[in-house]
Amino acid sequence: MSSVALKVTGVNAFFGQHQVLFDAHADIVTGQWTCLVGPNGAGKTSLLKVMAGLMPALGEVQIEGQVLQHMTAKQRARSLAWLGQQEHTHNDLTVQDIVMLGRLPHQSWWSGPSEHDHAVVQQLLDRHGMQDWKYRSLNTLSGGERQRVLLLRALAVQAPVLLMDEPIANVDAPHQADWLATVHSLTQQGTTVVSVLHDLNLAMRADQVVVMQAGRVVMQSSPHDPDLHACLQQVFDHRLSFHKIETQWVALTR
Amino acid sequence: MNHSPFTKVVHLSGWLLCLSAGLLLLGLFTGSLGFEVNDWHDPLLQEIRLPRTLGAWLAGALLGLSGALAQGLFRNPLADPYLLGSASGATLGVTLALFGGWWGGSYLSTEATWAMQWLWRLGITGFAFIGAWVAVLLTLLLAQGVQHTLRLLLAGVVVGVVLGAITSLLMVASPQILPAMQAFTLGSTSMLSGASCALMSVVLILCWLFSWRLSPLLDGLSLGEATAQSLGLRVAPLRFLLLGVMALATATAVAQTGLIAFVGLVAPHLVRARVRATFAATSVLSALMGGVLLCAADILARWIMAPQELPVGVLTAMLGGGYLLWRLQSPAMREGDAS
Repeated sequence: MSSVALKVTGVNAFFGQHQVLFDAHADIVTGQWTCLVGPNGAGKTSLLKVMAGLMPALGEVQIEGQVLQHMTAKQRARSLAWLGQQEHTHNDLTVQDIVMLGRLPHQSWWSGPSEHDHAVVQQLLDRHGMQDWKYRSLNTLSGGERQRVLLLRALAVQAPVLLMDEPIANVDAPHQADWLATVHSLTQQGTTVVSVLHDLNLAMRADQVVVMQAGRVVMQSSPHDPDLHACLQQVFDHRLSFHKIETQWVALTR
Repeated sequence: MNHSPFTKVVHLSGWLLCLSAGLLLLGLFTGSLGFEVNDWHDPLLQEIRLPRTLGAWLAGALLGLSGALAQGLFRNPLADPYLLGSASGATLGVTLALFGGWWGGSYLSTEATWAMQWLWRLGITGFAFIGAWVAVLLTLLLAQGVQHTLRLLLAGVVVGVVLGAITSLLMVASPQILPAMQAFTLGSTSMLSGASCALMSVVLILCWLFSWRLSPLLDGLSLGEATAQSLGLRVAPLRFLLLGVMALATATAVAQTGLIAFVGLVAPHLVRARVRATFAATSVLSALMGGVLLCAADILARWIMAPQELPVGVLTAMLGGGYLLWRLQSPAMREGDAS
């Protein structure tokens, strides 16, 4: 039986006076890629932030059996890597510096990066073909290139759970394929991946899909489940149809 | 050749250290009659020029460091150390000291209370320091903490305006203090002593150490607050600590030299024009750059109209303003990239 990496139970969250999540429940299975989908304003980013401990909420979130709210900031940072929507830098950090920021949860206050931290960063830069860029400032890269560097920053945390909010918004098609390959390789190594995606065709390639509407989790299932397709059609005002091409489900707008 | 940022940081640090040493030597031998070689045992050299030149470097370093902190904390390349009201607080402190001195001198010379005597012993420097700190605390109180950058900046503006109005009111009430106030607001290194240098050295080392160790927060914050938090950084307390370091560095410099314009704003800009590095490196380089800038400005102020002396704050304002104007014309600024 597959174990649960992240368990969300009865979560209610507020943005000022406005309630954005209503009694949300979700079970995120270890070593799988789960995608949060839904129309704009459905509460996908809020739920992801609650899972990451970045947004106060009522209810409970557990990471591998431990209650998130009871963990220290460092414990949480080592357990959950976060890649936010449109992260940007105002300063002059190089690609290497940015990736090294991912090692912060493993460093103590009075010690800088260790040999191991440097090795992890160099390995990531090598594996993702970014050695030539390492001294370039992030400001000199295109939107898609920046996004790839920021993904590397999240990977450098080496956390068992990776949460990503719209990680491929500015990424071109070949690099979307690279991103998919990275996600599949991570899940094969046992990492749990949760992402918010607007592109339903990419979302249909996940292991699990969580459908949200108006701050509520309305369904969680496999992308091959016909009930999930019906639910998505209803959530998107019946303006979608699902078709199978070889082994893959695709969503077409109509 | 494509040097690593580390190599560039080492090169620039080396250059700035050499420049600092050269300027310190030049400052020792620059007097009201221009360049003059004196005997090392000359009291003029040891008691006046050495503390003045070294003090100018230290005050510049403190301003450069707090400028880098302000720009990192507010994620704005146009932020300067006086943003949180410390300048207007220090000015009000000095005005109160002078006003109290004049008032006390007139009415309380013999029957001065113990508290009044104690306050007077603090001197203008002490009042400036307390004024700067009170202003920063007021700003933090009005902003209800350090979480909201915009609220913090607006609170700083409000505190600056209100304290400025009180200062003007006191000056209207006692025009006798105007000449002394003018010297403070124009900035001056002529009153720096060995004690000022000792105080600024201790504060500089402390602020350097703190900002060095807290630099990961500023690097993390550059990716946004949520990411910084997700990396295990406790944003609010660390930001509060960094604001404290910034206020301490600014208040110490302002209390010793008066209001020196533009050094805190320009020093980090000059560093970033040469090197793009982490905040730990930028803060150290900005402090070195600030020291070089104020030391050079002080020597120029002594020499340019000798035997008369130009207020060093006027010179830094003119040079700093010119530099920013030149930056405004650069292609990057025209395209809207303020960094």
